[in-house]
Amino acid sequence: MIEFLAQSVRTGMTFLYGSTGETLTEKSGHLNLGLPGIMSAGAAFGCAVEYAYGSAVGKLYVNPFIAVILPIVVSFIGGMLMGLIYCFFTVTLHANQNVTGLILTTLGTGLTGYIISKTHSFAFAAKYFTKPLPFAKDLGWFGKLFLSYGILVYLALAIAIISSIILSKTRVGLNIRAVGENPATADAAGINVTRYRYITTMIGSGIAGIGGLCYIMDNLFGSWEYTIEAMGWLAIALVIFTVWKPNIGIFGSILFGMLYNASAYIKNISFAQTDLIEMLPYAVTIIVLIITSARKRRENQPPAHLGLSYFREDR
Amino acid sequence: MRSKTETKKAHEPLFHVVKRDELSGIKSILVRAIAILAAIVVSSLVVVIAEKVNPVGYFKSMFRGAFSTPTLFWSFLHEAALLLCVAIALTPAFKMRFWNIGGEGQVLVGGLASIACMFYLGGKVPNVLLWVLIIVSGLLAGAVWAVLPALCKAKWNTNETLFTLMMNYIAIQLVCFCLDTWVKSGSGVLEPMHGYGLPSVGNKWLLNILIILALTVFMFIYLRFSKHGYEISVVGESENTARYIGINVKKVIIRTVLISGMLCGLAGVLICGGINHTISTTAAKGRGFTAILVSWLAKFNPLYMMLTSILIVFFQVGAIQVKSDFNISDVADITTAIILFFIVGCEFFIRYKIVFKKHGHKEAVNND
Repeated sequence: MIEFLAQSVRTGMTFLYGSTGETLTEKSGHLNLGLPGIMSAGAAFGCAVEYAYGSAVGKLYVNPFIAVILPIVVSFIGGMLMGLIYCFFTVTLHANQNVTGLILTTLGTGLTGYIISKTHSFAFAAKYFTKPLPFAKDLGWFGKLFLSYGILVYLALAIAIISSIILSKTRVGLNIRAVGENPATADAAGINVTRYRYITTMIGSGIAGIGGLCYIMDNLFGSWEYTIEAMGWLAIALVIFTVWKPNIGIFGSILFGMLYNASAYIKNISFAQTDLIEMLPYAVTIIVLIITSARKRRENQPPAHLGLSYFREDR
Repeated sequence: MRSKTETKKAHEPLFHVVKRDELSGIKSILVRAIAILAAIVVSSLVVVIAEKVNPVGYFKSMFRGAFSTPTLFWSFLHEAALLLCVAIALTPAFKMRFWNIGGEGQVLVGGLASIACMFYLGGKVPNVLLWVLIIVSGLLAGAVWAVLPALCKAKWNTNETLFTLMMNYIAIQLVCFCLDTWVKSGSGVLEPMHGYGLPSVGNKWLLNILIILALTVFMFIYLRFSKHGYEISVVGESENTARYIGINVKKVIIRTVLISGMLCGLAGVLICGGINHTISTTAAKGRGFTAILVSWLAKFNPLYMMLTSILIVFFQVGAIQVKSDFNISDVADITTAIILFFIVGCEFFIRYKIVFKKHGHKEAVNND
C-alpha cells in the first residue's frame, strides 16, 4: 500500500509539472494543446544533452551534480523554445491556438522519436535523479511516503506552490489573470499583453518540459518510451480537474497517479478491467468540466479569453 | 492621425500590423505557393543535414511514395480521401466556431460500432442487412460521441474543446476494453473479419473514394446554398446576431454537431468496416487532429480541402518512403510539423500587412 502511494506520487509529479505549466499558460489566455509535444520535447532535449555528456566523460565517471542539473536546465530551455514557437505563431502571427498547438504536438513527439532512435538507456543518470533524502530508510513508512523521492519530485511541489502563490497573491499574477480574462481591458490598464503572454507561456512550457524529463528519469528509471504524449493529454485533463489552481493540482496529480498505477497493484485484474480503470481520469475530468460549467461559480471557470488571440485593432 | 505626428517624439515602433481586406485571389495563391516552397526547402534541409541524405534522391523518394506503383497511388488517393472525409465532417462544426477536436474519438467509436456489428452478427444475418447495420450503427455511435459535448455546450456553455478532447481518450480506452473482451487470447489484436465487410467496387479503395467525393460536393452545397448552412455561418459569426434574427442557436449547435459526429462515424465505418475489417486503438491514425488542419487551411471550403488533404498526405506518404529508402530514423513527424508551421504562418501575411514606419513626418497611410 505504501509502495503504491509512493509510486503514485512519483507518477503524479509528471502530471504536476505538465499541469502547473499548462495552468500558467491557460491563465494568460492560451489553450496550449501542444503540451504533450512540449513535454516530449523537454524530455528529448534533456536526454540528448545527458547522452552527450555521458558519452563525453564516460558513463561511469559522470559528476552526479552536473548529470542532474544540466538536463533539468536544458529541458526547461527546450520547453521554453517550444513555448516561444507557440507564442510566435499565436501572439505575433495571430494564428489559431488549437491548430498551432496540435502542430507543436506533432513536432514534439517527432523530436522524441528521433532522439529515441539515436540514444540508449539513461539508467546511469537516472540513479542520481531518484536518489532519496538521507533519512528515508530509517523512518519506516513515514520516510517511504515523504522522503524517499528524488529531487524532481520536490522540485515539482515547490514549483506548484510558488506558481500558486504568484498567481493568486502577487501583482504579476493579477496581471497574468487579467490578460487571460480580458486582454483588451488589461491593455487599456497599461499591461503589456504581448509581453505577458510570451513570458507566461514560455515559463509554463519550460516547466512542462521538465515534466517530460521527470517521466523518463523518475518513473521509467532512464528507459525510453513513446508514452510521454499520453501523459501530456492527462496533464491537460488535470488542469481542468483542478479548476485552474496549481495548489489543488498537487492533490489532483497524486490522485491521477493513483488511477494511473492502480491496475498494476490490484491482484487478479483482467485486461478489460484495467482498460476501464485507465478510462477513469478522463471520465472524471469530463464530469468536473460539466459540473463547473453548470454551477457557474466565478472562481472555478476557465479564463474567459481562453483560446482566443488578441489583436488590438479588432473591435 | 495628425495629432499623432505631434506626439511622435517618444517611443515609436518600427512597424505596426494592420488587418487588410481580403487579398486578391492570385496574390493569396502566390503567398501560399511561396510558403509551401519554403517549407519544402527547409524541411528537406533538416533531413539532408541531420541524416546526410542526398537531396536529389530525397525528392525522388518523396514522389515515389505516392506515385511509383498503381497500388501506392491508389492507397495514396485513399488516404487523402479518408483525411478529407474527417475534415469534411469537422467543417460544419468549425464554421459555427464549435471546436470539435474530438474527431479522433468519433472516428474510433464509429469504427468500433461497425466492427461490433461484424463481430456479433457476422454470418448470422444476410450480408445486405449486415451492411445496413454496420453503416447505421457507425453513424449513430459517432453522433452520440459528438452530441454529448454539444448538449452540454448548448445547456451550460461547457468548453467544447476540452470536452471533445477528453472524449477521444475515453473512445481509445473503450476500444481497448472491447478488444480485451472479444479476443480471448489476451493479445488485444482482433483478426480481420474478411467476408463480412462492406462491398467494394473495382479495387478495394474505389468505392470509399467515390463516397467521400460525393460527400464533399454535398457538404459544399449544404454549407453554401442551404438554409442550414446560412444558419451555421451566422451562429459562427455572432451568436447574438443569430438570436436577434430569430435563429434557435441551441438547436443549430446540436443539429450541426450531430451531423459532424455522424460523418466522423462514417469515416470510421469506411476505415474499419470497409478496408481493415478489424480495429485497433490507432485505427484513426491521428486523422481527427490532422483533419483540423486540413479544414482550417482550406478556410472551411470543402472543395479546397481536396487540395489541402492531398498535400498533407503527400508529405506524410513521402516521408515514410524516404525513411524506408534511406533507412534513416523517423523524421516524418518533424518534417510534417515544419511544413504545417509554414502554411499556418503564411496566413498571417494574407490577413494582415506590416506597415513600416516611414522616415520623416509622413505616416504610412493605407489607401485601400
